[in-house]
Amino acid sequence: MSSSPDRLVYMANQIGKFFQSQGHDRAVQGISEHIWKFWDPRMRKQIFAHLDAGGAGLDPNVLDALQKLKLQA
Amino acid sequence: MSLIQETDFGTPKSKSETMVTLTIDGNTITVPEGTSIMRAAMEAGTQIPKLCATDMVDAFGSCRLCLIEIEGRAGTPASCTTPAMNGLVVHTQTERLKKLRKGVMELYISDHPLDCLTCAANGDCELQDMAGAVGLRDVRYGYEGENHVFAKSHGCDNDAWMPKDESNPYFTYDPSKCIVCSRCVRACEEVQGTFALTISGRGFDSRVSPGMSESFLGSECVSCGACVQACPTATLTEKSVIEIGQPEHSVVTTCAYCGVGCTFKAEMRGEEVVRMVPWKDGKANRGHSCVKGRFAWGYTTHKERILKPMIRERIEDPWQEVSWDEAFNFAATKFKGIQQKYGRDAVGGITSSRCTNEETYLVQKLIRAGFGNNNVDTCARVCHSPTGYGLSATFGTSAGTQDFDSVEHTDVVMIIGANPAAAHPVFASRLKKRLRQGAKLIVVDPRRTEMVESPHVRALHLPLMPGTNVAVVTALAHVIVTEGLADEAFIRERCDWSEFEDWAAFVSDPKNSPEATAIVTGVDPKDLREAARIFATGGNGAIYYGLGVTEHSQGSTTVIAIANLAMVTGNIGRPGVGVNPLRGQNNVQGSCDMGSFPHELPGYRHISGDAVREQFEAMWNVKLNKEPGLRIPNMFDAAIEGTFMGLYVQGEDILQSDPNTKHVVAALSSMECVIVHDLFLNETANYAHVFLPGSTFLEKDGTFTNAERRIQRVRKVMTPKNGLADWEVTIGLAKAMGFEMHYNHPSEIMDEIAALTPTFAGVSFAKLDELGSVQWPCNEKAPEGTPIMHIGGFVRGKGKFIVTEYIATDERTGPRFPLLLTTGRILSQYNVGAQTRRTENVVWHAEDRLEIHPHDAEQRGVRDGDWVRLKSRAGETTLRALLTDRVAPGVVYTTFHHPDTQANVITTEFSDWATNCPEYKVTAVQISPSNGPSDWQKAYDEQARHSRRIAPVVEAAE
Repeated sequence: MSSSPDRLVYMANQIGKFFQSQGHDRAVQGISEHIWKFWDPRMRKQIFAHLDAGGAGLDPNVLDALQKLKLQA
Repeated sequence: MSLIQETDFGTPKSKSETMVTLTIDGNTITVPEGTSIMRAAMEAGTQIPKLCATDMVDAFGSCRLCLIEIEGRAGTPASCTTPAMNGLVVHTQTERLKKLRKGVMELYISDHPLDCLTCAANGDCELQDMAGAVGLRDVRYGYEGENHVFAKSHGCDNDAWMPKDESNPYFTYDPSKCIVCSRCVRACEEVQGTFALTISGRGFDSRVSPGMSESFLGSECVSCGACVQACPTATLTEKSVIEIGQPEHSVVTTCAYCGVGCTFKAEMRGEEVVRMVPWKDGKANRGHSCVKGRFAWGYTTHKERILKPMIRERIEDPWQEVSWDEAFNFAATKFKGIQQKYGRDAVGGITSSRCTNEETYLVQKLIRAGFGNNNVDTCARVCHSPTGYGLSATFGTSAGTQDFDSVEHTDVVMIIGANPAAAHPVFASRLKKRLRQGAKLIVVDPRRTEMVESPHVRALHLPLMPGTNVAVVTALAHVIVTEGLADEAFIRERCDWSEFEDWAAFVSDPKNSPEATAIVTGVDPKDLREAARIFATGGNGAIYYGLGVTEHSQGSTTVIAIANLAMVTGNIGRPGVGVNPLRGQNNVQGSCDMGSFPHELPGYRHISGDAVREQFEAMWNVKLNKEPGLRIPNMFDAAIEGTFMGLYVQGEDILQSDPNTKHVVAALSSMECVIVHDLFLNETANYAHVFLPGSTFLEKDGTFTNAERRIQRVRKVMTPKNGLADWEVTIGLAKAMGFEMHYNHPSEIMDEIAALTPTFAGVSFAKLDELGSVQWPCNEKAPEGTPIMHIGGFVRGKGKFIVTEYIATDERTGPRFPLLLTTGRILSQYNVGAQTRRTENVVWHAEDRLEIHPHDAEQRGVRDGDWVRLKSRAGETTLRALLTDRVAPGVVYTTFHHPDTQANVITTEFSDWATNCPEYKVTAVQISPSNGPSDWQKAYDEQARHSRRIAPVVEAAE
């Protein structure tokens, strides 16, 4: 699991699961804010690259959150 | 400098607010009701002779030396047990009293050796002082009669004589010098709460007895030192005093072990420590200590300490000793080269939770300003980072809410995932004292810990399956909300009501009930309901928690759930309540406060905030990077990927303490330059290219911040053996990197911290010297600090209830790995053991053992003491089994104090969703009998031995 992007996908989905119970909109907001606050730029770059390649394995809320974050970046 | 003499008032201080006035020896004295006459006299400056009384324990009235006369009352009562009352007229010195006291002393001395000149207590003996005070001039009875003093009397063996007990490595028990004052017995009971000592026999046969007449080492004694401190003679004496002699000066300083932050007097002879004695005015410890702080400081002069800087090109090479400048230049050249080749973000550092605030601050400053990135992290990543996240989300601050004194006002204590008796022993003693007074105790822990089993304490134990904290705490909330036990007035006033309603609806869902969750948690729903009711209705409820909460995939979620629980019961914002994380290392709170996290500047302010960053840029005269840096696990991943190639590690052994050792080895091996700044060649140093020798807490000035947010002074008592204090080393390294920092003394660093950090604005060394300590926030609004937070309202405004859905960890048991391993600590050892393993503490814990339930052991053919192979999906190791029903069937437990055990070869890379704090507490494992060390252990040992070689210095030819 140590090779990215698998690890980053796992971490992003883990964040997604915490926010899941808060409903789509708040979850997307919470996930994107969390990743923006705590992930270093190289990690964000990697996950965006993975997103561009289709974002396989990312949960729906996480996918939306990353797309939102990418637009802001 | 001189020896600090603390006044012994004889009996404890009364907390009453009602005052009474009496006359003692013609002086009018006003004291709180409940004060003894002995104490009242001492407060007025009159010392009534005494032997069995001391103000750390309750009055006992056995020595009959402190007699007084009271006008209008018959007899000569003991002043220690007689309370001061309005209008009493007391005389402390009359002809009758003089005669009585002299008679008492004469009897004592008739059965006491007269070897005063060669006695270890010479110069510090209360018996000698009292003989002097009462004017004893001769002993009419002689010394020939029945006695406890001589091995032989009249040519025969003296049955009443007992030899010395030298079994404890730190102190000696010499029964021939005992006056049976019971101070040691009472200290063990009242102060420490272990009840290891008793008085056996009656009358002339009375003896101090550890356990059932066992040796100190063989008894339940935990070697806290309270009895030694209480002993008025040389009966219980530190071996260091016996060896060296009495100290001549003392310096007040702060212990460098756990997050309790005990204050000690370092009692010195020149630059040699004679002993460490807990200081009664220490606000964290109130004069108490544990075996680590009191006795285990021998590592500071251990022969394995590295005192010269060393470098090497490759980790396969032996170390070369060099000058400081050569080491700094070598390291700086490497780091600059890495940054040129791989980019500015390819290096970083780890601050130490064992070093001072000032040193930690300088390391993060070097990284942010000197390296030009934010790749800084600290040990808190792997312990309490979820605390910072969870409490700041719910309450608005990243720290505990109370001071330790608060426990004296608590009615119900809930301990979750912590074992203070082993990891925070002095706090545990204060807690147990409160429990013996009647406070109730709820323990949520997979193991029946020492807290559950402590004497005269009845705990309601909820033994949950590791990894189900969120389900249990949410179920507690379920009971409170659905049974109408929530504190609605508090919630309406202090919290966001609509968020509360959302949360209440969530916890009320039947799927969160104790009955529904029992299948995963393993907790009896009846017990859980009872615990919830007690906590919600039992008065002041306080929650104390530890790494059993944070070190999980849902660590941050559990912290939030705990905060919810405190809010729903209104247990925030006054003495006796609160949410109290028990921080692991001495300065882990401080290292977090000082901006050790990659996304936060000192004072927990996000690096992206322009206004805050600009303040630092102006002070440091450099442009700062506004992007968050890498956290420790991310650094390892990036190293393996080839984008992170240089690491400066101050005072932290990441190889031993971080999970999945193989992964850490791979990461460290990938780096081109690892700088280890430490006392010893630790495990991480096996993969290092530069070794910068560190200094101990005895060798430098600075401050530590404990789990109560209490900032306390660390004071230098000896010259650094390695030549430089750690803050000076960081300055030297920074200078070689081309980043100059100018400080003449750590106090100037604190002044800079105060200027940049609003919660520290009022902190200075001068204020700490004046007040002893302060708890942050300390600023204009709270010039003497803040013992209790969130009084009247939360720091963030309204308290925030957040929904905490239980999500099982992905680390699951199955046919191949059917058992759950959880990890913890033991009293005598500290963290990775780098310090405590280099002391006599190893007599209590020489190796890590695997606790396993007899049922699980029998199924696998494992007997007590057998070597077993412990295997997880990450790796395998071997250690010896310890059969015990403290763990439930299906759960096994070990500690990670010894590098040869390599418990972290087993632990996985799963981590907390919010902070990447590793999931140390849950690993699926299998156990089988084994013949000895695994191949990994052998290979590791070989590499370590090879890597620790130091090249002999070649003498120049004449």
